[in-house]
Amino acid sequence: MSVKLPIYLDYHATTPVDPRVVEAMLPYFTESFGNAASRNHPFGWVAEEAVEKARKQVADLIGANAKEIVFTSGATESDNLAVKGAAEMYREKGNHIITCVTEHKAIIDTCKRLEKEGFRVTYLAVQKDGRINLDELRAAISDKTILISIMAANNEIGVIQPVAEIGAIAKEKGILFHTDAVQAVGKIPFNVNDLKVDMASISAHKMYGPKGVGALFVRRRNPRVLLAPQIDGGGHERGMRSGTLNVPGIVGFGRAAELCKQEMASDTKRLSALRDRLNQRLHKGLDEIYINGSTEHRLPHNLNISFAYVEGESLLMGINDVAVSSGSACTSASLEPSYVLKALGAGDDLAHSSIRFGLGRWTTEEEVDYVADKLTTVVTRLREMSPLYELAKEGVDLSTMQWQTEGH
Amino acid sequence: MAYSDKVIDHYENPRNVGSLPKDDANVGTGLVGAPECGDVMKLQVKVNPQTGVIDDAKFKTFGCGSAIASSSLATEWLKGKTVEEALAIKNTDIVTELSLPPVKIHCSVLAEDAIKAAIADYKKKQGKDAGVDTHAQPTA
Repeated sequence: MSVKLPIYLDYHATTPVDPRVVEAMLPYFTESFGNAASRNHPFGWVAEEAVEKARKQVADLIGANAKEIVFTSGATESDNLAVKGAAEMYREKGNHIITCVTEHKAIIDTCKRLEKEGFRVTYLAVQKDGRINLDELRAAISDKTILISIMAANNEIGVIQPVAEIGAIAKEKGILFHTDAVQAVGKIPFNVNDLKVDMASISAHKMYGPKGVGALFVRRRNPRVLLAPQIDGGGHERGMRSGTLNVPGIVGFGRAAELCKQEMASDTKRLSALRDRLNQRLHKGLDEIYINGSTEHRLPHNLNISFAYVEGESLLMGINDVAVSSGSACTSASLEPSYVLKALGAGDDLAHSSIRFGLGRWTTEEEVDYVADKLTTVVTRLREMSPLYELAKEGVDLSTMQWQTEGH
Repeated sequence: MAYSDKVIDHYENPRNVGSLPKDDANVGTGLVGAPECGDVMKLQVKVNPQTGVIDDAKFKTFGCGSAIASSSLATEWLKGKTVEEALAIKNTDIVTELSLPPVKIHCSVLAEDAIKAAIADYKKKQGKDAGVDTHAQPTA
């Protein structure tokens, strides 16, 4: 087998920049280096024209108007701007925000900061499939609710939230709806009008564009969303985000968005087939493996599996020529397993035993087969040295064991 | 994170993986840790009742590479030691031998606990009725 190692299956973390994107960016580092805010000479005009073209390309991918795109340094900044900016702007109207427990830290920690400043935040639980319950969302809404922020697709388990339904509820109640759409945009159809989204965070480096550039979609009409800027300065980006525009990055972002739009259907078809192949091959070789999160409402290129009785980090060590992520965060001092998997109620032991696979534009069938076969071998080997596997095979119900946890 | 060569060696070629008959009066079993903490170690010693020397030691570990290496190393060290010598093994000895980073020190602590639990089980069997384990038991 001639597979080039190491294999990258961590496309949710970041993606390589598509060579066609690099090509589009290059002139803007050297000959067309102007500041897009320079209004009185051609260097500035060329840069501005390139930025406006990219703005249109990004807007087209999500069915927005170009004027509704605010460029940022990335989705973390977009999330901060959306949530803090709306909280500050609409504070007179109310102090309640609704989000959910499986959000990215850029949302969770932003909300926690707002709580310290007197806002009240409801963190909706998720169901076993990773999606929020719409009745719980409705029940959480009060006349003080000013913002709902629910992600489009989860970065760990790839589960797609009922965005259109949430948008409809928010619209009906006259509450702003923000979605962290980082993992969804460019991968699955995402239209801000169909979904009734008022704000959406996007990142270039998750869709084969460069790092350090992202965007926040901010609806201009019906309703016109106003945000208090979080970075003050020259008043760029309609005053919502000051700072010299990252012209090469934005150009790359635009080209990446254009390519995603063109290739979404074929990428989805190819990647979902490869993802299913990986899943089937693993299930063929191993028993007691469990998919975390909904299989129906899921990104086409995501697979998140718990391998019972083996610990995630030791699993990663056994497949050190494959780049994937583990839901177990044993490397951190906290020893906490993934909060996303815990929220699904999978049990801490299974949360410690999980691996996230993210497939992407350059993933091949040979790579998928190699990974599945290697994992099968490693899991089998680790189970042979797992006391949990031994106990389970003896018929002991691990959930009824009394473990000696004191001091650990 | 980067593992030391010794951790990688124990992970790839673990010594003494397996199980000893836990009902044997000369076998002590320690089962420490918990699945929700991400580490469970089972460590067993077989003691020669005439000499008090540990003839055999086996382990099984659910945990990260450092946890596997810590328990593998512990079994290596246990063989040939008397019960009292075995109790003198400190987690810091394991940390030093395997060059464990600070975030992995708990793995060595767990290995020391496993040694102590296995020996306590052996002593209990010797002192009282055989077959009673001190390690975790199903409650149901």
